[in-house]
Amino acid sequence: MSDKKPISSVNDFVVRFANVNGSGSASANEMFARAILRHGVPVSPRNIFPSNIQGLPTWYEVRVTEDGHLGARGGVDMMVAMNPQTWDKDVAGIEPGGYLFYDSTKPMPSTKFRDDITVIGVPLTAITNSTYTDPRQRQLFKNIIYLGSLSALLDMDPKLIEQLIGEQYKGKEKLLSSNVHALHLGRDWALQNLKCPIGLRVKKSDKVGDRIFIEGNSAAALGAVYGGATVCAWYPITPSSSVAEAFTAHCKKYRHDPETGKAKYAIVQGEDELASIGIVIGASWNGARAFTATSGPGISLMTEFIGLSYFAEIPAVIMNIQRAGPSTGMPTRTQQCDIIACAYASHGDTKHVLLFPEDPAEAFEFAAAAFDLAERLQTTIFLMLDLDIGMNHRLSRPLKWDDARQYDRGKIMTAEMLEEGRDFGRYLDVDGDGIPYRTYPGTHPTKGSYFTRGTSRDRYARYSEEGTVYADNMQRLVRKFETAQDLVPRPLQANAERPTKYGVIYFGSTSPAMDEAIGLLEARGHQLDRLRIRAFPFHSSVASFLAEHDFVYVVEQNRDSQLRQLIVNENGIDPVRLVPIVHYDGTPITARFIAKAIGDHQDHLKVTPLRKAVS
Amino acid sequence: MTYIAKPKFHHPGLKKNELGYTHRDYEGKISTLCAGCGHDSITASIIEACYELSIEPHRVAKISGIGCSSKTPDYFLGNSHGFNSVHGRMPSVLTGANLANRDLIYLGVSGDGDSASIGFGQFAHSIRRGVNMTYIVENNGVYGLTKGQFSATADRGSKSKKGVTNTDNAIDLVAIALQLGATFVARSFSGDKSQLVPLIAAAIGHKGASFIDVISPCIAFNNHAGSTKSFDYVREHNDAVNRLDVLVGRDPIAVDYAPGTVQVVEQHDGSKIALRKIDADYDPHDRLGAMTFLQKHAAKGQIVTGLLYVDPDAEDLHEHLNTVETPLNTLEADTLCPGSAVLDKINASLR
Repeated sequence: MSDKKPISSVNDFVVRFANVNGSGSASANEMFARAILRHGVPVSPRNIFPSNIQGLPTWYEVRVTEDGHLGARGGVDMMVAMNPQTWDKDVAGIEPGGYLFYDSTKPMPSTKFRDDITVIGVPLTAITNSTYTDPRQRQLFKNIIYLGSLSALLDMDPKLIEQLIGEQYKGKEKLLSSNVHALHLGRDWALQNLKCPIGLRVKKSDKVGDRIFIEGNSAAALGAVYGGATVCAWYPITPSSSVAEAFTAHCKKYRHDPETGKAKYAIVQGEDELASIGIVIGASWNGARAFTATSGPGISLMTEFIGLSYFAEIPAVIMNIQRAGPSTGMPTRTQQCDIIACAYASHGDTKHVLLFPEDPAEAFEFAAAAFDLAERLQTTIFLMLDLDIGMNHRLSRPLKWDDARQYDRGKIMTAEMLEEGRDFGRYLDVDGDGIPYRTYPGTHPTKGSYFTRGTSRDRYARYSEEGTVYADNMQRLVRKFETAQDLVPRPLQANAERPTKYGVIYFGSTSPAMDEAIGLLEARGHQLDRLRIRAFPFHSSVASFLAEHDFVYVVEQNRDSQLRQLIVNENGIDPVRLVPIVHYDGTPITARFIAKAIGDHQDHLKVTPLRKAVS
Repeated sequence: MTYIAKPKFHHPGLKKNELGYTHRDYEGKISTLCAGCGHDSITASIIEACYELSIEPHRVAKISGIGCSSKTPDYFLGNSHGFNSVHGRMPSVLTGANLANRDLIYLGVSGDGDSASIGFGQFAHSIRRGVNMTYIVENNGVYGLTKGQFSATADRGSKSKKGVTNTDNAIDLVAIALQLGATFVARSFSGDKSQLVPLIAAAIGHKGASFIDVISPCIAFNNHAGSTKSFDYVREHNDAVNRLDVLVGRDPIAVDYAPGTVQVVEQHDGSKIALRKIDADYDPHDRLGAMTFLQKHAAKGQIVTGLLYVDPDAEDLHEHLNTVETPLNTLEADTLCPGSAVLDKINASLR
């Protein structure tokens, strides 16, 4: 039936599950991904889900990748088509030579299939209906049954899946054994009725190492716990809600006084994003480490307060889990589209510090660092995650913490210092780094109090509308931003094997796809030096990198090449030398996309000499 | 003008409170509001209340939004930290500050534009949460700083200075505060210091969300005939249900009251409020009764003042959140950070 040779690949393929949301498939699919990890084979899973709770299509994609390419690959080698609504599109999306796995209980007309793929039918509904009577059980165990069939087809070790089920249902014997039973129902049916294994196979390897499997949002929340955040105020918004929920869960485990049971944290679900950032600013003004988590629309609402934080110099940490905008946009799709909105948030002349973690490990590190930076710089620090890192499990190096590390609480004038007669001017630049001292409310009976305001004031916090006084303060804020350059995480550079005139700049969740694309580009004969930007303001090495290359590609996931705009604006360079490579359809950027876009541009640049072309 | 330094010298015989502070120690900068502004009387009442309570001035955090009323924290408690924040957002800033350090006294100062319009939501939610604070609205029914537009507390049918009649219904913040579960609710009049000072003192002593709506006529834009927030109108329609004496410390009540006319309420901080009843039937522990009473009297055009509701056993947000007694802003890495050994375990659980 197949006129294309079936794809044959060990530990390097993409399986996509097409499900209906609310059907309980998510946990079975995640177990599939984890089971492959237990084989020592890296995976990179992605949830593709609607802004809906039940009934709409949802997909879960697992890229099995012995080489450890954690970006999305594009294309599907095996489709587990469990959703009739999306059948046609799902079948059409399979790579030629790929595989279609489906529930064959009801006969399907041959027009619903393709000739160039291998079709694998398992009567899932028939098996479940003959085993279970409860409708919910039928629904849930059907997922485990297809997992069992897949284990046989892909030559997976069932013991490893059983082990996972054992861990998940530890202490719940009944659930444990019934899940194992369902797994074997599916596995045995496949072994008895189908040719197992197929061309796609999972073979035990040792490429996972000590890496962990964690969502970026959870890692960022853990970073907030380790970084000493005590106040969290938030308003639910996809894809950021799981940050606050994870922070709550982590705090319940690690932040209660063992003797009194009391909480060493306070979490408030605000009435909106304005209240959330207001609470953060009030708490930070009063000396607590506070943060909020939100997404694009929330940032828009917070901008007035962000300006206050900038101008009155109050620390704040905002985790922005970016999603596709503008407006409500595509709430459950990923983008890196709030770069400009955050870098220059609020009215008047403002600039803010942005951190761009590439994966959960950096989300953890940068989240913790954000609190030190916020207190050191007395301003808002944005942790710029996105849905791709935030809401997907990502294989990541283990999280690390140095127990000797103390929090940098910044420049705090204490009661003792005031008693010594130190001159306290809330906006007085005593060290030349643009950062003044602050006092916490309630510090001293007669010294160190001041009136915090969003209006202009002099170095001693006294109201002033004098032009020179205002300009003096604004210039100091510029100085402070320059200080920030050397405090934020530096860009990381990786040079091509041979010297090249071409470079590429990228950041955040583009990282794994970029790393993979470099290999593809090298195979096409293109050499590129790489610079991964990890923060704004840009370190001086960004300017050097630009100076050292004729053309620099800026790869990002938004329409208007926002990082490129920021680079051009902040470095005052000729924009022609910065080539935008943008991907913004809401799906994660892929190595294939990057390699093609850059490769085509490179080919175009390499004009063949005329004489050679004619001859 | 705030840039004019206020002289620090004072009469050597100036009375001192228990802590040895004089009135002057509770003052702030010179007010920049219009001469005769009701808000300045409220400022004076806050100073008086804090002096009488012998509060350490620097242990108060005074937080406001934007507007004439929100400028006033600069004019009292000059040794306290103040925060003139964003329009309508005092409640959230105060909530955050309170979470960071539960040991300070939180004084929120706002206006009717700030709390009944742009910040209506924040007003409502801070009350709902039971934030331990004294929330004062200096209510003049008008936007003073932008020259006389109606605010949301302006009564329907009242006239602006330019002669325009207000056709929108008024928001009664006291009624809303009662409905939202505020545990100390009062209304007063900036022109009645003898009523206002003890109300502020009692509100500070209350643990939980205290709300005081103070009618405070705007001398520049809302003190004309036809206004229902003018000095004359409020004096004529003021219907006080009770008057207060706040008794600091645990001393027995020394004042002689006629039997049956006084109700003593013991507050969480040990202070006592002696309520002298004016309306014999009014019960300040009856939330529903208070709401009905207010509505009935409002329909008759009367402005009910006094301590309208109090629950002396109220809980605050910190109790709801079960936070530690130590202020969160004093905790450091040794108590906040779970450490590397825990992180290793977390890593292991994620493989």
